Amino acid sequence: MKMQKANPVSLWSSIIASGSLSTRVLVGLGAKASWGELAYGSILDCPTEALRGKSVLLATTDQFRASAALIALDGIVRRVVLFPPDVSVEHLPYVARTAEADVLVTDNRATASTAHGIGRVVTCGQNVKPVNADRGKFIETEWILLTSGTTGQPKLAMHTLGSLAGSAWETNPNASAIVWSTFYDMRRYGGLHIFLHAALTGTSLVVSSAQEPVADFLARAGANGVTNISGTPSHWRRALMSPLADRIAPSYIRMSGEIVDQAILNQVKAQYPQARIEHTFASTEAGVGFNVSDGLMGFPPELLTRNPEVEMKIEDGTLKIRSRRTATRYLGAESPVLKDAADFVDTGDTVDLRDGRYYFTGRRDGTINVGGFKVHPEEVEAVINRHPQVAMSLVKAKKSPITGALVVADVVLKTTLAESGPEALRNGILQFCSAELDAHKVPVAINIVPMLTIGESGKLVRRHA
Amino acid sequence: MDIKAEIIAQFNQVAQEHDKRLAPLTDQLALLNSGLDSLCFAIVVARLENSLGVDPFSDDEDARFPVTFGDFIRFYENAKG
Repeated sequence: MKMQKANPVSLWSSIIASGSLSTRVLVGLGAKASWGELAYGSILDCPTEALRGKSVLLATTDQFRASAALIALDGIVRRVVLFPPDVSVEHLPYVARTAEADVLVTDNRATASTAHGIGRVVTCGQNVKPVNADRGKFIETEWILLTSGTTGQPKLAMHTLGSLAGSAWETNPNASAIVWSTFYDMRRYGGLHIFLHAALTGTSLVVSSAQEPVADFLARAGANGVTNISGTPSHWRRALMSPLADRIAPSYIRMSGEIVDQAILNQVKAQYPQARIEHTFASTEAGVGFNVSDGLMGFPPELLTRNPEVEMKIEDGTLKIRSRRTATRYLGAESPVLKDAADFVDTGDTVDLRDGRYYFTGRRDGTINVGGFKVHPEEVEAVINRHPQVAMSLVKAKKSPITGALVVADVVLKTTLAESGPEALRNGILQFCSAELDAHKVPVAINIVPMLTIGESGKLVRRHA
Repeated sequence: MDIKAEIIAQFNQVAQEHDKRLAPLTDQLALLNSGLDSLCFAIVVARLENSLGVDPFSDDEDARFPVTFGDFIRFYENAKG
């Protein structure tokens, strides 16, 4: 049995301790550095010491630069907020205020020029430059990850390096042969987990880029000898549609972030027969729960009790998790409570027990997962309900073999249809949605229905797939 | 219904709705180079399920994903046949 190790002191000291600093590399799009160069260098245009004790909002476009900045900042700053590039910059002032950010670190000129009310802007350069190796005293930095909220504003979940690294940071004696990569952005929990795993266990890492077509990324990952790679089922479906899917030959594949169905497990196995394939349950709030390695969708009940470090239970039909890997709390005065009185995080993920195996069925709150992006039905309904001809609406999921789910809406009209007919009205509502919502939140079908069921609580009755 | 014509129509329609620039739809065109993203493909597949009455992606768990536009059409033609 493995001993429980103490939490890592800092990302920097753990990287130094993991060894092979000159041979292990971090590869970005058009950028490459050894972990040694990253540890004994900085990408920031100011001395790291000048940021000691500050709350830093890290909003770079590029993942390589974000990775390099994190190595410089962890253990020095009080708080670092990871702002992913796919989150609208409109939310930046809210996030900065909630996180009490006093420094903005960015590689984006437009973001830097407005500063969004943050007192100080630090820019990232193109390259990592050597700096004084003396890092002074380390403090425990709070790591803030963004998750989507029902109102459209992101929620800010607080972690530490210890909770993010979990138990998966034992230095691996075979690490020098491993090259990790992930389709995830490393500012998202799924990507950050792989970044930290590579940094702390002593492997190389190839990070993706939002600016890079899938085929190019696959070719780059292949050219850098990627052996282990993770992504959502939607990431994998897109990879399998690429003519360059055969450029990578991984020995280990991990899926997480969405419900894994049998089709995608079989299809990935058919494309990469040499690979060991696992699917993982993890979320920003609950941390990593478990890995399933038997090649089947769902999970056997014994997985819930196998790992003494992660306590799991099914209660009221949802999975609840208590461990050192969960987030601490949400930031912000009016934010929801993250853990119950016994420190369990309710994942909100619903499961069914069928023939002795658990299967994920969706989200209790009706949240729809479109290709890894969460959609809260209430946010979409609020937009549809502002349409002058709409009395009420119900937004729900439709299964998709490409993105896991899509958004559809049932709509009740205030009056009978105008002569222009249902098609014109549907298009009108869709245009209304497109103007206000991100593309994955816009319903792909509008069904005009005579009524919606209202429950005894006075709320819409939601039936979750 | 002409399956190929319906597929072409849906590619064009979804590209237009999502402001995507669609590449010329030849049989050799790699789907990922067509100009549509994953969300657009998901919408195309959902609409084809309505109009053609089949979803070959979901009907066969072991089916290989189509890579080119020609593969995509055959995927639906075979499902129909």
